[in-house]
Amino acid sequence: MRTENQRAWFFVLPVLLLVAFNALVPIITVVNYSVQETFGNNVFFWQGLDWFEQILRSDRFHAALGRQFLFTFLILIIEVPLGIVVALSMPRKGFWVPICLVTMALPMLIPWNVVGSMWNIFTLPNIGLLGYFMNDVLGINYDMTQQPFSAWVTIVVMDVWHWTSLVVLLSYAGLVSIPDAYYQAAKIDGASPWKVFRYIQLPKMKTVLTIAVLLRFMDSFNIYTEPFVLTGGGPGNSTTLLSIDLVKIALGQFDLGPAAAMSLIYFAITLLVSWLFYTLMTKDDAK
Amino acid sequence: MRKRSLVPILYIAFLMLPIYWLVAMSFKTTGEILSGFSLFPQTFTLENYRVIFTDPTWYWGYINSIIYVSLNMVISVSVALPAAYAFSRYRFLGDKQLFFWLLTNRMAPAAVFALPFFQLYSSIGLFDTHLAVALAHCLFNIPLAVWILEGFMGGVPKELDETAYVDGYSFPRFFVTIFLPTIKAGVGVAAFFCFMFSWVELLLAQTLTAVEAKPIAATMTRTASSAGYELGLLAAAGTLTIIPGAIVIYFVRNYIAKGFALGRV
Repeated sequence: MRTENQRAWFFVLPVLLLVAFNALVPIITVVNYSVQETFGNNVFFWQGLDWFEQILRSDRFHAALGRQFLFTFLILIIEVPLGIVVALSMPRKGFWVPICLVTMALPMLIPWNVVGSMWNIFTLPNIGLLGYFMNDVLGINYDMTQQPFSAWVTIVVMDVWHWTSLVVLLSYAGLVSIPDAYYQAAKIDGASPWKVFRYIQLPKMKTVLTIAVLLRFMDSFNIYTEPFVLTGGGPGNSTTLLSIDLVKIALGQFDLGPAAAMSLIYFAITLLVSWLFYTLMTKDDAK
Repeated sequence: MRKRSLVPILYIAFLMLPIYWLVAMSFKTTGEILSGFSLFPQTFTLENYRVIFTDPTWYWGYINSIIYVSLNMVISVSVALPAAYAFSRYRFLGDKQLFFWLLTNRMAPAAVFALPFFQLYSSIGLFDTHLAVALAHCLFNIPLAVWILEGFMGGVPKELDETAYVDGYSFPRFFVTIFLPTIKAGVGVAAFFCFMFSWVELLLAQTLTAVEAKPIAATMTRTASSAGYELGLLAAAGTLTIIPGAIVIYFVRNYIAKGFALGRV
């Protein structure tokens, strides 16, 4: 039982100050921009909610949002099952465990723009390993700088490569916490592998899977650097996800008002969907 | 058992392919890369690495990155420790709301913060310093560190604290000499995740620096765009960015999986 103690606030104070400094000041700046128009020279005019209306009605925003949801949806339905399958088939103990863990965690520790450059070099038609294999060995015409479909496949595969290990590591952590006695009991009852998975392993992995899905959702929804380095949002606008579009508006065109309004809408959507996921996935626990 | 181990083997092979390609490219000359496909370097060269280790604009990029990542790790973990202790041991006004608010900062798209951060850190005169990047990365690393540490501390029975007080320990002495050693695995995991997210982040690090504290990742993108396409050099620089991460994972390999598993959502 935790005891009631208001002085605990002193322990939290440093964290509160540091995070608030980083979070509140920028958010206030963004809110400030989102309701004003500027023509430079630090002269601002009150604009009300016009920017929000403009963004919410613009086809460009709808298109970027649609692409963002498609991307996040694709990587979640690939990474989560794949991660569970890999975790289930990993050895539980012995010599190979640390080797598996270290090699699997490696992609997550590579700077994001290096990931982009790496996949760029990897997929170059005719001289990259994958590009050569597709074009010259399999005879499939593959060039992600020209074909939107190839670009999409490449960014999805890149993300699967980059982040599936997070799901693997978390699921694995859930799995190793299951006592052997559970498996022995299942064996005596003659439970099929599917039943073992459904009634023993899956429930034990539930907490960690919730964390995995939430983290993968948040991070894939906010993804910027890797697709920016790899495709730059192209060809055309075909891989312009929300963050890429936002940076184009804010720093490319320097339209601070609309960019700020878009930031707030973007943030609100991320919060809302994270909350929905969280509520849905923990619904059973509350009963 | 044999059939079962095929899945991890295939998966690891898939993970290693692009990394192999990057390393192989780093030993080729840019001329050889552009002239055609070859699975292994034909004329093995260390020239790309020589350029990086002799040109200060290159190797300072690594030093800068390591400075701000370490700084961030120290700040994040040391302020997160008392906070995590408070969340795991006490109830206080607004604790749940505060915990949730901390986590929401991990959901904020970095692209949203880039411009305001630039203005904020310029106005307080920290622009282009290691401290600016270290502080900015606290935005997402502190919540994560609190979350992980709180999970580990929750696993330590409260009797430990009470016994220590009965034995006449003061709070700071108890915390440092008894409590910290008990949760040292948690501190390791939290430090690892702080290292990881600070090391891989580029958008904010690039926005907040120009010359003095420019991270290696930013050096790479700028070189790639200004000096044409020096693929060999880019591959060598990329290969070198993998090494610190690999070393750090090796040290915490037995704890990484536990890091999130013990935290509460």
